[in-house]
Amino acid sequence: MGKTLAEKILTQKSAGDACAGDIVISRVDLAFVQDTTGPLTVRQFQAGKFERLADPERTALFFDHAAPSPNRQLSNDHQLLRQFAKDMGCLKYDVGSGVCHQIVAEALAKPGDVVVGSDSHTVTAGALGAFATGMGSSDVAIIFALGKTWLRVPESIRVNITGRFKTNVGAKDLVLYLIGSIGADGATYKALEFGGKGLKNLTMSDRFTVANMAVEAGAKVGLFPSDEVTQAYLKAQGRGKDFQPLAADKDANYEKTIDIDLGRLEPMVAKPHQVDNVARAKELKGTKIQQVFIGTCTNGRLEDLAIAAAILKGKKHHPDTRLVVAPASPKVLLEAIAAGYIKTLLEAGAVILPPGCGACLGLHQGILGDGEACLSTANRNFKGRMGNPEAFIYLASPATAATSAVTGEITDPGEVS
Amino acid sequence: MLKGKAFKFGGGISTDHITPGRLAHLRSDLPKLAKHVLEDADPTFASRVKKGDFVVAGSNFGLGSSREHAPLVIKMSGVSAVLAKSVARIFFRNAINLGLPVLTCDTDGINDGDELEVDLAGGTVNDISNGKKLTFGKLPDVMLKILGEGGLLPYIQKHGDFKL
Ligand code: SF4
Repeated sequence: MGKTLAEKILTQKSAGDACAGDIVISRVDLAFVQDTTGPLTVRQFQAGKFERLADPERTALFFDHAAPSPNRQLSNDHQLLRQFAKDMGCLKYDVGSGVCHQIVAEALAKPGDVVVGSDSHTVTAGALGAFATGMGSSDVAIIFALGKTWLRVPESIRVNITGRFKTNVGAKDLVLYLIGSIGADGATYKALEFGGKGLKNLTMSDRFTVANMAVEAGAKVGLFPSDEVTQAYLKAQGRGKDFQPLAADKDANYEKTIDIDLGRLEPMVAKPHQVDNVARAKELKGTKIQQVFIGTCTNGRLEDLAIAAAILKGKKHHPDTRLVVAPASPKVLLEAIAAGYIKTLLEAGAVILPPGCGACLGLHQGILGDGEACLSTANRNFKGRMGNPEAFIYLASPATAATSAVTGEITDPGEVS
Repeated sequence: MLKGKAFKFGGGISTDHITPGRLAHLRSDLPKLAKHVLEDADPTFASRVKKGDFVVAGSNFGLGSSREHAPLVIKMSGVSAVLAKSVARIFFRNAINLGLPVLTCDTDGINDGDELEVDLAGGTVNDISNGKKLTFGKLPDVMLKILGEGGLLPYIQKHGDFKL
């Protein structure tokens, strides 16, 4: 019997033959925390009386959720993390370095790696063919110390992609559609493995968006094969050497297969307060929004800002709708400046936040008022997510978000262009 | 045998309901953070829960973020176990790592306020208030071993490595 991608990677990283259902002890190639899960990780590491890291060069601390810090307590947490980085000699990406998952994608993860982060969206790196998954602070503290963890090899669900997107439809619509059809626990404990003839039509940026949201269906990992698209991306990051081709065996065993024709998808929106509460953007016409947020590890990349800028060129956001934009990394911001996107967005009246998580998790920088609705390109719309349990969050693509910023209500981008 | 009162919640209780991002500044002051446990699902829970009580929920409990603070504040509030129809993956692992039992069973028959008796080793829930008896799925062996030592850190301190 052939192997799924998950089985292949975990076989390589553990002693023996990893098959779905097995418990394996896997080496971890990259372990990281961010600034809201890191302090507990450091405390657990210290409580365990560990003195050194298994691999300082493959251990990273990110300062992205509170970047820069909005208050004294989080500033003190940052101090704790900075001191730990100094003592241990590990990688440190301080305030301004961007969202952890974007940096992991640009600079750290490679095909075939096992990546564990204390952040649920660690799954983003699955787009590069890495077995990337989120865990809590204690698990990551032990990985910091031992360089390994236990994993149950997941069963895989294959998502067979064909066709190509219509205009105004993109990766976010694909993943929202998928989550809407299988549900927020439709892939719990499983791997989602993407394949099929249509994959060549998904750019690396598209794949990051899709893998990022695998966890919103409960998945342990969202895996893409490593192919020419992956190779071109790694080359463009100056990491051509990190490439290796990687794919599931043809006769691999899947729990089930889901077929999606990209050409049949339409702009989708997840309604409050669950990500699987999905509707077509068209059906929500007339829903007023007071804020649009474009950014995050899901849709804060150059390609996303390009889409938003193209729609907003020469226009202004609606007077009753604020427009908040957070590039995912300084690299994204620099390239967006060079391409003129930032100028366009500023001229449209956008607030540009520093690279980081920005308004995504309700810490600062764009907290919603009571009864307000936000259309966001993020990955979660849980009650209270953006800092106010009395507010409402809708999730959509950059195209739908930018279009709706102009109209002031949820709008299918096809209906105005 | 664990004994306590059931606090009933619905399905899809996320880590944002349990301990939202807007309280991230309290994550290094856990007693303060614990005062807000499950605030966005039931603002009265923290003041009513007593040592030994149970959180009883529908499906996909703990979905969302990897924040271990979610099971941590539930444990700190005195809750002796979480019972749910199903549990999100990272929350499940985090809870066991902290020594908080998480049991999956059909919670439909349990009402808010019921007195429960939970036999962890025997795998049964006895709803004293309505006389119903439930069984819950056995935890995977690795998790039983970790839970048996009181959590991941004590496990590793004792064994020095994964001996699963
Ligand atoms: S951008 Fe949002 S979802 Fe992504 S890591 Fe930051 S807080 Fe989490």
